[in-house]
Amino acid sequence: MRFMMIVRANHDSEAGILPDETALAAMNKYNEELFKAGVLLAGEGLHPSSKGARVKLSRGKRTVIDGPFSETKELVAGFWLIQVKSRAEAIEWASRVPAEDMEIEIRQVHEASDFPADSEAIRKEGELREQLERRPS
Amino acid sequence: MTPSDTHRTVDAVWRIESARLIAGLARIVRDVGVAEELAQDALVTALEKWPESGIPDNPGAWLMATAKNAAIDHLRRNTRLTRKHEELGHELEAQQAMATPDLDAALDDDVGDDLLRLVFTSCHPVLSSEARVALTLRLLGGLTTDEIARAFLVPEPTVAQRIVRAKRTLADAQVPFEVPRQAERAGRLASVLEVIYLIFNEGYTATAGDDWMRPGLCEDALRLGRILAGLMPDEPEVHGLAALMEIQASRSAARVGPSGQPILLLEQNRARWDQLLIRRGLTALARAEQLASRRGTYTLQAAIAACHARARTPEATDWAGIAVIYAELAQLNPSPVVELNRAVALAMAFGPSAGLAIVDALTAEGSLAAYHLLPSVRGDFLFKLGRFDEARADFEKAASLTRNVRERDLLLERAAACVRATRS
Repeated sequence: MRFMMIVRANHDSEAGILPDETALAAMNKYNEELFKAGVLLAGEGLHPSSKGARVKLSRGKRTVIDGPFSETKELVAGFWLIQVKSRAEAIEWASRVPAEDMEIEIRQVHEASDFPADSEAIRKEGELREQLERRPS
Repeated sequence: MTPSDTHRTVDAVWRIESARLIAGLARIVRDVGVAEELAQDALVTALEKWPESGIPDNPGAWLMATAKNAAIDHLRRNTRLTRKHEELGHELEAQQAMATPDLDAALDDDVGDDLLRLVFTSCHPVLSSEARVALTLRLLGGLTTDEIARAFLVPEPTVAQRIVRAKRTLADAQVPFEVPRQAERAGRLASVLEVIYLIFNEGYTATAGDDWMRPGLCEDALRLGRILAGLMPDEPEVHGLAALMEIQASRSAARVGPSGQPILLLEQNRARWDQLLIRRGLTALARAEQLASRRGTYTLQAAIAACHARARTPEATDWAGIAVIYAELAQLNPSPVVELNRAVALAMAFGPSAGLAIVDALTAEGSLAAYHLLPSVRGDFLFKLGRFDEARADFEKAASLTRNVRERDLLLERAAACVRATRS
């Protein structure tokens, strides 16, 4: 199963202040641990919300709101995507993140197999392919 | 924390730490069986103590320190009993390990080498293939015997016994706890890769039972493959195997229909292919090809899987290219199964007659007589050529050969389609 470990923004991340050398080295070491354990699928850190935007769709109408956004604690500053055996293992990995103050939210990622295969779409695709095959080449 | 919370945390810590723990201990006691028992004992101690004391800050180091103390006691007991010089040597080594002030740093230094030794020992050719698989999942995957038993649909005591016997075999044969040297290395690595791919395939195409897939085993194999890629970054075939598994796993969601039936590659909805895994697979493949002077078996198979992964639609598949890679594979590793696949690729590129000649030769040759895919492929070619009666006979034969219930249904359905085609 896959989990996303979501790192919450804080004052520094929103101010665009990058972690210092020591913190970066610790984080690299942690990432290496995830990699060596074979659990790391992906991970990224995000620029502050001032460089971002929100696109709102309301009754089909589109509004674009430029960052920054004020509710710092609700914002996302980065994430890891990991593949582990259990929720407890995801929690264990999150508790090993080398940081003094950080809030990490753990959310299980839906697998495509959680959703029923759209048999209608597959059938239509099959028909389309059949038509293509019949077409004189 | 409630006791059940602690239990879950201990389980998770075990999953993360057990392989390193067992590997580190095996270096001290020189016996993976004893090492695993010592690690288990440390786990039991943790289960007793942590609910009271709380989870330590570095649970891995805590387990290692506890287990190392037990390892030294074990060696002292043995030394008193046997007074063997070499074991005195081990005791010294153990004491040196204990004297290291920063256990955590000591672990980091050696753990990679120790893990690699554990990988090679678990996959040692002195063991049967089943024993290698069970031991690898147990010692490196951190699975319980019960989890392994459920994954392979065999009774738990069978797996437990398999593991006990495997450990005894390793001890009796005095298999050294080491990474094999140059001359032996290639063959031994092949055994390691084979074990991991066996685990993957058991999950990907379950050979028995009602389910077409057991995704848990695929994930275990992927994890092992990724760990190995970290441990042996310069071995092209390690990356080749990782690439092959990542790309195959990318199709997991697309290859099972709504009622659990298998969906063949070309009928899969490619929108359901996992692009993240494909990207990871293509990266690993590029690394393998960059490292290799000549592409190995897994790298070639990954290259074929990559041809499919890169095609946006089935029609866009480079079948002629795939047939060429199969020819390269057949040169490296002549096998009727590879020939069968080359026949399929040729048929796709140049029409069913191009493949039928090879398949007929394989049928006459007879080594694949018990392999359901041979009549299944032949049936498909004949069906496309409008030879429905012969096609039906082949599909029925294929259905009688497969052990997978889902696959049998699919083949019987194709046989029925032949009957309908004859009537219309």
